[in-house]
Amino acid sequence: MSDDAPRAGSTVADLPAEGAPAVPANEGFEPEIIVFACHYCAYAAADLAGSMRLQYPPNIRMIKLPCTGKLEVIHVLKALEAGADGVYAAGCLEGQCHYLEGNLWARKRVNHVKTLLEELGMDPERVDMFNMSSAMGPEFAQRARDFTERIRQLGPNPVRPRDGFEPAEVVRARMGDIALPETDAGADEDLTPTVAPAAEEGPER
Amino acid sequence: MITADRKPFEDIYSMTEGYDSVLVAGCDTCVAICLSGGEKEAEILASEISIKAKQEGRELTVEHTAAIRQCEWEYLDTIADTVGGFPLVLSMACGIGIQSMAEKFAPKVVMPAVDTNMLGMPQEHAVWLERCIACGDCMIGLTAGICPVVRCSKSLMNGPCGGAHDGLCEVVGRNGEPIECAWVLIWERLKAQGREELMFQYRPPKDWSKSSSGGPRKMVREDARPV
Repeated sequence: MSDDAPRAGSTVADLPAEGAPAVPANEGFEPEIIVFACHYCAYAAADLAGSMRLQYPPNIRMIKLPCTGKLEVIHVLKALEAGADGVYAAGCLEGQCHYLEGNLWARKRVNHVKTLLEELGMDPERVDMFNMSSAMGPEFAQRARDFTERIRQLGPNPVRPRDGFEPAEVVRARMGDIALPETDAGADEDLTPTVAPAAEEGPER
Repeated sequence: MITADRKPFEDIYSMTEGYDSVLVAGCDTCVAICLSGGEKEAEILASEISIKAKQEGRELTVEHTAAIRQCEWEYLDTIADTVGGFPLVLSMACGIGIQSMAEKFAPKVVMPAVDTNMLGMPQEHAVWLERCIACGDCMIGLTAGICPVVRCSKSLMNGPCGGAHDGLCEVVGRNGEPIECAWVLIWERLKAQGREELMFQYRPPKDWSKSSSGGPRKMVREDARPV
């Protein structure tokens, strides 16, 4: 492939002429974007952005996680397989993860997905990872705007189904209770599981 | 444990050519521990194949499953019904598991999605080092628990050779990293054990008839056979 050739999966023109699923033209294309947001930071930042009346595109679908460290490679792939045009994880600032290094693990996994997408011939720019604190409402909104614009430029996911689709629902179903129910954000809500009192020790064997 | 590496995606995807459905079968023992072919990896591979097929506008049903161990008939029974519904199985087990699948479900086509590469020791999380080649004639009792067959680049029985320098082998490792001279390690540990004299014993050429050349090996424990 020459350098000026479009990357496979990046534009509608890349699709094979025959047999390919119909995709809407780039013009007027509204990306469907899945955001895996950490309860302690990005989700709260989104809430703050809302409180601040900041505008950000309605293209993003938030899936709340107790920590981006719970994000797995398969969750991102399932989102793309279900037709999401872009996916990003939004975790705490590095060094500020509530669970110490969950956000660092998430970055490694997102980077791994990028290598898998390269193998598949899909643009790795469709996935990314961002860091922010719960106080960074404006940054949250800016990230959402920038990423939406990036995906708009890339065009629709080549595997986008012809008809209605809900990639967020597919991913939620796959994640089970890893995805938290949507509730009021707030880092003050402690998700740390209560440690059950140790069971009484049985007789020695 | 047995370790394996997933094959390049392109190679795996080309195996599905001509099929309209494929089952990716993981194995939840060795290859799961080395993060190459467990159920998790099987689901990832199935998803990748599915995405690729959709990109091409190709109708391809892709599912995944996993057995606790693909190398044992009893565990293969647990996935028999699922396997039965697919004309092609991409097995992510080690070579033993893949062959067990192919034999159990013959004449179904079973293809390897991984390359089995070594008997490795997990040195730290996500790092494995080759520590055994199953030569069938273990001598590490004489070499302070360090195997010169696998860890010496020349598999010398009477080392070190002249290529050891500052404790390192003259051969550079396949990943570009230096290789520690096995015989220097052996010498250091024998000294620590106060068994240096073992280093000066002459060892005759190894009996390779017990190794993998000369046909497949077979092990039978008559006392444990069913009555």
